[in-house]
Parts: sequence; C-alpha cells; structure tokens
Amino acid sequence: MLTLECPYCGVMAEETELSPGGEAHLKRFGPGSSDEEFEAYMFARKNPKGVHFERWRHAYGCGKWFLAARCTATLEVFGTYPAQVSAPPQDLQDKIKAKRPDWKGFK
Amino acid sequence: MTAENRSMKRYSVFALAREALNWHMGWEKAWVSPAPKKAYDAIIVGAGGHGLATAYYLGKNHGITNVAVIEKGWLGGGNTGRNTTIIRSNYLQDPSAAIYEKARSLYETLSQELNYNVMFSPRGLLMLGQTHHEVRGYLRTVHANTLQGVQTEWISPQKVKELVPIINIDGPRYPILGALYQARGGTARHDAVAWGYARACSAMGMDIIQNCEVKGVTSENGHVTGIETTKGYIGAKKVGFVVAGHSGQLAEMAGFRLPIEAVALQAMVSEPIKPCMDVVVMANTVHGYMSQSDKGEMVIGGGTDGFNNYTQRGSWHHIEETLRALIETFPMISRLKMLRQWGGIVDMTGDRSPLISKTPLGNCFINCGWGTGGFKAIPGSGWAMAELMAKGEPGPLAAEFDMWRFKEGRFIDESVAAGVAH
Repeated sequence: MLTLECPYCGVMAEETELSPGGEAHLKRFGPGSSDEEFEAYMFARKNPKGVHFERWRHAYGCGKWFLAARCTATLEVFGTYPAQVSAPPQDLQDKIKAKRPDWKGFK
Repeated sequence: MTAENRSMKRYSVFALAREALNWHMGWEKAWVSPAPKKAYDAIIVGAGGHGLATAYYLGKNHGITNVAVIEKGWLGGGNTGRNTTIIRSNYLQDPSAAIYEKARSLYETLSQELNYNVMFSPRGLLMLGQTHHEVRGYLRTVHANTLQGVQTEWISPQKVKELVPIINIDGPRYPILGALYQARGGTARHDAVAWGYARACSAMGMDIIQNCEVKGVTSENGHVTGIETTKGYIGAKKVGFVVAGHSGQLAEMAGFRLPIEAVALQAMVSEPIKPCMDVVVMANTVHGYMSQSDKGEMVIGGGTDGFNNYTQRGSWHHIEETLRALIETFPMISRLKMLRQWGGIVDMTGDRSPLISKTPLGNCFINCGWGTGGFKAIPGSGWAMAELMAKGEPGPLAAEFDMWRFKEGRFIDESVAAGVAH
C-alpha cells in the first residue's frame, strides 16, 4: 500500500487515509486565457512514466493539502513537502536527480 | 509493394477430425512472426484487440494489406488480456452508442467472419438501479437507446430476481429498484478476439512483430516517415498508435501531448464454482460488477486508483471495497476464495470517452483513451480507426472522437452517463 509522510503532522499515512489531488504546481488559467492555455491546464495534464509531482490531502488525518514526489513506474516515494511552494524544494530535486540520473528535471 | 498471401487452412469439424487421426501434428501456426521489412504502407503500434482489429479492417474494408502490427510485449498481453470481457452498448450519448453498438453487432458474427471461435455469449447484461437518481438516469438511457436503435429495456426488481436468482434485491443499504437490461449484451473470450484478428491479419499477408518496442518516431516536413524500434528502423507512409497506458509516451515521441492520464484498474476472479449466474450484473452505486466465466470462476471488476500509475497492479484496498459491494449484492459469494487479482493501465480522458483522431503530426493517427471499457469496443474501434487511417479523414463513427474536442468544449460526457463502471 502506498504510504506518504504528511509534512504537517508527521504521520506516515496509508493510502486509505489520503485523497489524491492530481498534478502539483499547476498554473491555473481561467476567464481571459486562450483556448489552448485553458485546455492544457484543464485536460492535458502531465502524465509521465517516472518522476511525478502530485497533490495529496491528508483527508482522514489533519486535513491538510501537501505535495509528494513519486515515481509512477515503480511507486517509489521520493519525499513529501508542504504545499505553499511553486516548485519542489531544491534538496528534494537533488535527491531525485541522484536516484534518477535520466530525469530531465522539474519543468 | 504487395504483401504475400499466406492462406490459412480453415478451422472446421472436418479439420478437427482429420487432425485427430493425425495426432494433431498438422496444425499450422495461427500467425507467422517475421522479421520486419524495411517499410510498410501502414504501421499499427500495439497488437492488442484494437490494433489488430484496425489492421484487419484496413485490409478487409480498404484493401491495405502491406501492414505491420508492432507490439512491445506479446500479442494481446496488455489490457486485451486483463479485462472482464464485458460487451454492451447501452450508452447515453449518440456518438458512444453508435460506435459501441457497431462493435457489439460485429461481435455477433465475428467467430464466423474470422473462422475463429471468439466465444461471443450474448447472455444479457443488467445495470442495477439502486437509488432513485440512478433509476432516473437509466430510464433516460433506455429512451436514448430507443432513439439510437440500441435494444435495451427497463425491468422490474422481480424480473431481476428471475434472471439472477442469487441476487439480494432487498439489500439493507441499496435495495434493487430495477435494472437497465440489454438482452444482447454479454461476454466474449478476450484472448480469442486478439488471436482471431491476428490470424486473419496474418492470412492477409500482414506482419505481426512482437517483442519490438517503439523507441522513436521520425518525421519530415510535419509528416511521419517511420519509427525507430528495438528491431531497427521501419519506414511507414502512415502510422497508427493503438495502445493503452503508454499512449502518452508515444505521443511524446511524436512531439505532441494528449489529454490523457494513466491509472491502474484492477480485476479479479474467484475459485471456480458450478454455474450460478448466466448474465452479467453491474452494480454501479455500490461499485462492483460480476459475471461467471465458462470455467466457473466469478469474474469481478474493481475500481481505478486515483493517482497516475504504470505498475499494472492496483491498490489493495480496492479489492476489499469491491468484494464488500458484491457480497452485499450477492450474499452467497461471501465464502468464495479469490483465485487471482491483477491490474492494467488504462488511459483516462477528461470526458471518459476515447480518442480516435488525427494528430498534430501528419499521417500519424491515434486510437486510445478507452479508459476502463475498451474491450467491448474492439471491432467498432478497429473499423472506425481503419477508415480514418485509410482515408485520412474520420468517417461517421470516429468523427466526434477527435482530440481537439477538449479545446472546443464538445465533450462526449459518458462519465456522467455511464457512472463509474465503464
């Protein structure tokens, strides 16, 4: 079972305790944006086979939203971090790069 | 360049008798596995049901037989070999009903057409109404199906009990209020569908190349020219990606992005028991669906994970959720042991309807996004994709399923119409 550490309350939370929230670090487009921008934001989400950054909510715990770096090909969890950032922390990116030298980096 | 004609001996009762006298030593291989040629008129990437059906109808309906079907693993080893084999066409939206009904009607005579027993069993399919909202939704579907020429009806709880004696219609949480019944829905032997199409394609001279992974897509002036594979470069005038799970990776190689996310969907079978249920039952409110295979196993469909995943195994807790739902609906299965559980990677689009589409790359076409319900669509999907690839423009079946519908807001919104079990 997928287990993620909640960065707020420190609990190692099992998947049944969490709610998945899709791609992290999305730039949102709304009224006034072009059709292409809105489509890319709303439907053409990142779907990598490998390193992926996601939103999760500790739904049956502290209730907070947080972010996780995970490998979609192996289910390996690289780490979790608070949601109040616009990019993954540099030390986490370095850690992923060390484990996955082929990773092209966060874009 | 014309392909050689590899004629196959017909399977028949006489062939069986002849071979019985011959110690069964004379059966020829159902399909040949040649090395790839330098180039083809068309390459299909993905030798699952949809890919092989596309190749078959390219040959049969459009006379294009200089075709290769490229497969990363083994033939039919993806979702074609991992589904719960359910066939139905009781969809709400017109474009879906049209393509799924086309597929269902082709399944009716597929064994005869392919000279290969795909064991199509139109045993009847029920989608249970267990809340008033669900009843209202299904009544709407019945009326829509009437207009679409898809034969479905609404039946009473008593009729449900007659058709499915093992069902509990007075459940404490969700009593059964009726069912959407498609009498000509049912099941087929999933592997045989892939094998039958493969044999027919091979007989037309097409090359089925297994253990051959696509590593890159080459193009010139915005048009595809071929593919790089683990067995070398293969040129092509046209390329069709007909894959599940990894469609996004292929699209990336071809230089575009798909409105698709990959998630794991799982299924399981029980130990075999004596015949106890001769219809397919889907209970979407509690979320579980079940049919009985010819071997006697209860074939059970589970849920999808809520996160992107390429591991072909699902989350454990879905097993419990699915079985809990089905034990509530069929109390007698509570003591059954589960024999196997497995997962497949499904392509989910924003409206839960597939893509059968041209792409930003010229002469490169895509057929993917069948989500959690592609098996039932195989013949219709192949038919529509072959037409798209042969003519370069979609025919009436594929017209609405293009990938630009998300930008333009033309959704084929079956996630609402069909509930969760697709």
